Amino acid sequence: MLKFIVKRLFWMIPSLFAVSFLAFVLIQLPPGDFVTTYIATLASSNEVIDQNTAAQLRERFGLDQPMLFQYLKWIWGIISRGDFGMSFEWQQPVSGLIWERMALTLVLALASLIATWAIALPIGVYSAVKKYSIGDYAFTAFTFFGLSIPSFLLALVLMYVAAVEFGADVGGLFSQEYETASWSIGKMYDLLTHIWLPVAILAVSSTASLIRVMRANMLDELPKPYVTTARAKGLSEFRLLVKYPLRIALNPFISTIAWLLPNLISGSVVVAIVLNLPTAAPLLLQSLMAQDMYLAGAFVLLICALTLIGSLISDILLALVDPRIRLE
Amino acid sequence: MTDILSITPRPPGIKPLLEVKNLVTEFPLRTGIFKAVNDISFAIEPGKTLCVVGESGSGKSVTARSILQIVDQPGRIASGSIVLNTKDGKSLDLAKLDPRGKAIRAVRGRDISMIFQEPMSSLSPVHTVGDQITEVLRLHLNMSKAEARKEAAELLRQVEIPNPEQALDRYAFQYSGGMRQRAMIAMALACKPQLLIADEPTTALDVTTQAEILDLIKRLQQTTGMAVLFITHDMGVVAQIADDVLVMHHGVVKEYGPVDQIFHTPQDPYTKMLIGSVLKLEQKAEIRLARPPLDTSAEPILDIRNLSMHFGEMKALNDVSISLLPGETLGIVGESGSGKTTMGRSIMRLYEPTGGEMHYRKANGQTVDLAKLEGAELKAARRELRMVFQDPFGSLNPRMTVAQVIGEPLLVNGILKGKALDEKVCHLMEQVGLDPAGRERYPHAFSGGQRQRIGIARAITLNPRIIVADEATSALDVSVRFQVLDLLMRLQDELKLAYIFISHDIGVIRYMCDRVGVMYRGKLVEVGEAEKVCNNPDHAYTQALISAIPRPDPRDRDRSRRFRYVEPAHTDTSNVKNGSSAR
Amino acid sequence: MVDVTITNDRPDRVAVASQWQLIWWAFKRHKLAMAAMVVTVAMYIVAIFPGFFAINDPILQNARTTFYPPQRVHLIDTTNGFEIGLHYYPTKLTRDPETLAAIYVEDKAQKKVPIQFFGRGYTYTVLGLFESNIHLLASSDPSKPLFLFGADRLGRDVYSRTVQGAQVSLSIGLVGVILSLLLGIILGGISGYYGGRIDFVLQRVIDFVLSLPTIPIWLAMAAALPQGWPATLQYMMITIILSFTGWAQLARVVRGRFLSLRTEEFVAAARLDGVSEGRIIFRHMLPSFSSHVIASVTLAVPAMILAETSLSFLGLGLQPPTISWGVLLREAQNIRSIATAPWLFMPGLAVVVAVMALNLFGDGLRDAADPYNK
Repeated sequence: MLKFIVKRLFWMIPSLFAVSFLAFVLIQLPPGDFVTTYIATLASSNEVIDQNTAAQLRERFGLDQPMLFQYLKWIWGIISRGDFGMSFEWQQPVSGLIWERMALTLVLALASLIATWAIALPIGVYSAVKKYSIGDYAFTAFTFFGLSIPSFLLALVLMYVAAVEFGADVGGLFSQEYETASWSIGKMYDLLTHIWLPVAILAVSSTASLIRVMRANMLDELPKPYVTTARAKGLSEFRLLVKYPLRIALNPFISTIAWLLPNLISGSVVVAIVLNLPTAAPLLLQSLMAQDMYLAGAFVLLICALTLIGSLISDILLALVDPRIRLE
Repeated sequence: MTDILSITPRPPGIKPLLEVKNLVTEFPLRTGIFKAVNDISFAIEPGKTLCVVGESGSGKSVTARSILQIVDQPGRIASGSIVLNTKDGKSLDLAKLDPRGKAIRAVRGRDISMIFQEPMSSLSPVHTVGDQITEVLRLHLNMSKAEARKEAAELLRQVEIPNPEQALDRYAFQYSGGMRQRAMIAMALACKPQLLIADEPTTALDVTTQAEILDLIKRLQQTTGMAVLFITHDMGVVAQIADDVLVMHHGVVKEYGPVDQIFHTPQDPYTKMLIGSVLKLEQKAEIRLARPPLDTSAEPILDIRNLSMHFGEMKALNDVSISLLPGETLGIVGESGSGKTTMGRSIMRLYEPTGGEMHYRKANGQTVDLAKLEGAELKAARRELRMVFQDPFGSLNPRMTVAQVIGEPLLVNGILKGKALDEKVCHLMEQVGLDPAGRERYPHAFSGGQRQRIGIARAITLNPRIIVADEATSALDVSVRFQVLDLLMRLQDELKLAYIFISHDIGVIRYMCDRVGVMYRGKLVEVGEAEKVCNNPDHAYTQALISAIPRPDPRDRDRSRRFRYVEPAHTDTSNVKNGSSAR
Repeated sequence: MVDVTITNDRPDRVAVASQWQLIWWAFKRHKLAMAAMVVTVAMYIVAIFPGFFAINDPILQNARTTFYPPQRVHLIDTTNGFEIGLHYYPTKLTRDPETLAAIYVEDKAQKKVPIQFFGRGYTYTVLGLFESNIHLLASSDPSKPLFLFGADRLGRDVYSRTVQGAQVSLSIGLVGVILSLLLGIILGGISGYYGGRIDFVLQRVIDFVLSLPTIPIWLAMAAALPQGWPATLQYMMITIILSFTGWAQLARVVRGRFLSLRTEEFVAAARLDGVSEGRIIFRHMLPSFSSHVIASVTLAVPAMILAETSLSFLGLGLQPPTISWGVLLREAQNIRSIATAPWLFMPGLAVVVAVMALNLFGDGLRDAADPYNK
């Protein structure tokens, strides 16, 4: 078991490097750089910067060096000092800008994950056990609907309903008085009263796909001989259901973290932008538009790293609960 | 038939343990209602063994499951009664109970328990064996955790699983096949049931393991006094263990009576056919006996020398040398994991042998080493060496018509095409006893036996000289098996073929082969005349193997002849994983 | 055991039925999937000939029809006796006395405007080949245009724009998936066919790609596209961006199929028959998994459509004046716009219908894809 975890952790290293390189290359892709964008912004307000100043700016930000060198410098800063570089646009260290937003991103993703599981598990089991019942059809209809509606559209519709029917603004994660306040019980509570909407929106599509996964898993397990064995022992239907097929169908369910988390994070990006949540997404979009490369790079890197860690956790969990993986 | 429910004479006033009357179990299908069990009646006496025997699709398994009302969805009992008479004099009609109710659940696992064909998939892969056994004890006998564990260990000891304390904490996949079935039996016996239903419990096991499991059930039956309902397709097993026999075919009872009567004075033609087919395997085929003796002085057509095939650590084939004469049928016999299939596939070069030589003598007398051929030469050799596969379903591409399957070798080798190809395909189909009119059909339109004929037609398409047949008849029912075996022998004489016939079934080998090689753990332990090896073997392993085969005669039940082979230099220390050190 | 699950009333027909025949029979039994297939096909027909199905020129701006609401279409006219025929009435503009917001009221005093089938309207090109001005529905009075789904901020017809948007949105899903499929088949095929070390490395790469969150990656890639590029180039780049992560899922499917087929006995039998590697792949293996791949592809298309819609909606995908559903939904981004003109959600409805139809269709295909199992 320990060997398995160590091996799995070892595999994380190349993945993390690949992700960081990918993030850096992506940010480097656009033609021109921050200085070009900066000059263009200034030019629109009739300020002109001469070539010398531009060159000085480039030198200050290290933009005149070869890309690989810039990458190595960047990654070394992260590993050795947790220094993600400077945000050109905000004129302050990236690490000062990202952590709270990343934390809120994580909170949102985890809350959605838990909500998704809590809803999808019982419904998936019910749908499989009562196959072709009215309930099963109703849930199946819901899953197809949930899979078909883009999360941003759902967010827009809910915002519209809230605004028109209730006159409420449902954007953001905090009320105005808490927005800039430091953390307190009150702020936590305020977060809870706001976070349910984005969580619900995100949970709709992921719940839909997870219900289908769970239903299929259960339908695979239900006709297996060990279920008949358990029945022949005299166990009640409910008890045998929970102890055997459900327990075994849970294993593939756990491995869904590996793809559910990336999906949730992807979805949360769009929803966060629509609802204007103070998570990583709106700032990421803004920094991408402005070619604020270190800031955007840090976000892409951290978000990808988050999902990689998610798949690591799901693999370890899977090994913990499945003796076939643990002992082979 | 209802008035002679019970065969054994019984003192008046004592009821049979279980009385089944006019049972009908049906499955609603899209096309109508299918009666898997159609109006059958029988009785089981306390302490006795009733064997229900039949081929696939006879409804024997559904009968067994109907008793506990655990028929797979959407099957249900339509009519009839299943009366259980318990020791305390109570009678209970199981057919009337709600399949999910408390009353039937109290019977399951306590009064009547069940074991199944596939012990691996019948045990949960993620729960320890101990967990699954203690569950029954705690459920029906209200034992505490500690008591149940102690009792479970005792049960494992009873079924002769070594180190029961440790074995409790292991998972089913850490057990060997035989050990898993022992664990299943321990689980079934936990509450000392009055009836054990065994649904083909030894079909998935090797013949030596089967013998041990049968012995175990018999001994436990003697000590506990339980009755056994044993479902099987194997008449040999029936002859060895049954008191009474019920022969089923397509959901109805063909014959019902004491074992001796069934075997020695069978009335029904179907029963006679079943018994005839096992008795046939007791001697050489008539076609074989009618044939002039082989020219044993001829140069071998295939000479295998020191052939080895290693998969990593595992030596699937370990230094095997054997030769094949022209026109000869060479049998290769062994249990699962003996390397016999690896040998067939290595000869065909589906596997790349790790070492050794395979000298093949062409028609012009020139020899080539099959192990070293590549490219066009290998392709040329494969036209003269052909293979028949075990699985009549998986070995035919379901997406090609029969004409395409049979004609493909001719087409891709550029021999025939168009109308000539079509005519040749028709001719080949006639040769293997198929109607050429069906050549535009797809394999799914054919039965198992017919598909195997298609496979044979494909094998003889290119006028081969050697055919390797890997368990070619194992997947077939007995009634079809002989037709295919006889076809193979007829073709052999017509086409002057040499066969390498791989099988786990000594009976088939004896029926079919001239010589036989016995394989054990990758090694060839004995080679000799089929008659000699099958009836009077030299090697201790072969002797053990032969002794384990159930004799199809209820009057010949001497179990004392049976023994287990233990490899002399190789003593196994791992206790549970390997079944060979169990006794 | 492998056997055919189809039990047809005519066994003689089943006996000679090819795989596609069997799949079609199984699929036909699935009523919902059949309906979804009809919807899917209909939507793609619309996507091929959007001009024919549109009513008004989708790019025509009209200051007088800003946020014009959807109009009612009548079938029965009882003003002068009893007449049957699609028609609508011109509207009268009034203003809310308090908020001064525009309110359009149907003006039955004016003459009704009949709707013509196959009438003449604005001129459009069919697949860039020839011009036509025949439309499925056309207003008989072009000076009083018909707005089925209302008009947007610039007074453009939302219905015609939605129909036009189908072309880009539906095709981008298809093209993106075909691109992904090419990558997936090549890489998955190599991985599954050769196995061993190559397989191990490609497996790690597939796992890695699958564990990435797609939207941030797409955003970063899309941000690199210069704003001024022509529409077709933009379109191609967006499909490439979407395929960048989309191939992994398909590669995994292809690999799995290849691996399991490699061990099938009929493949071994074909090899012994002297069948060449090429023929084994194309004659034996490819037909065996093509139905599965088609099902997977059908299920991947809606994901691509959703992706394009999300990207364009965020402003990093296709850019106006290109018309796609995502671009159209940008109009609905502003809470004030949708509060005054909720019909701006109509392209969203089109997305939901298209994605749902494709999902149901693909689901039915997947269920029917293997007629030989169980």
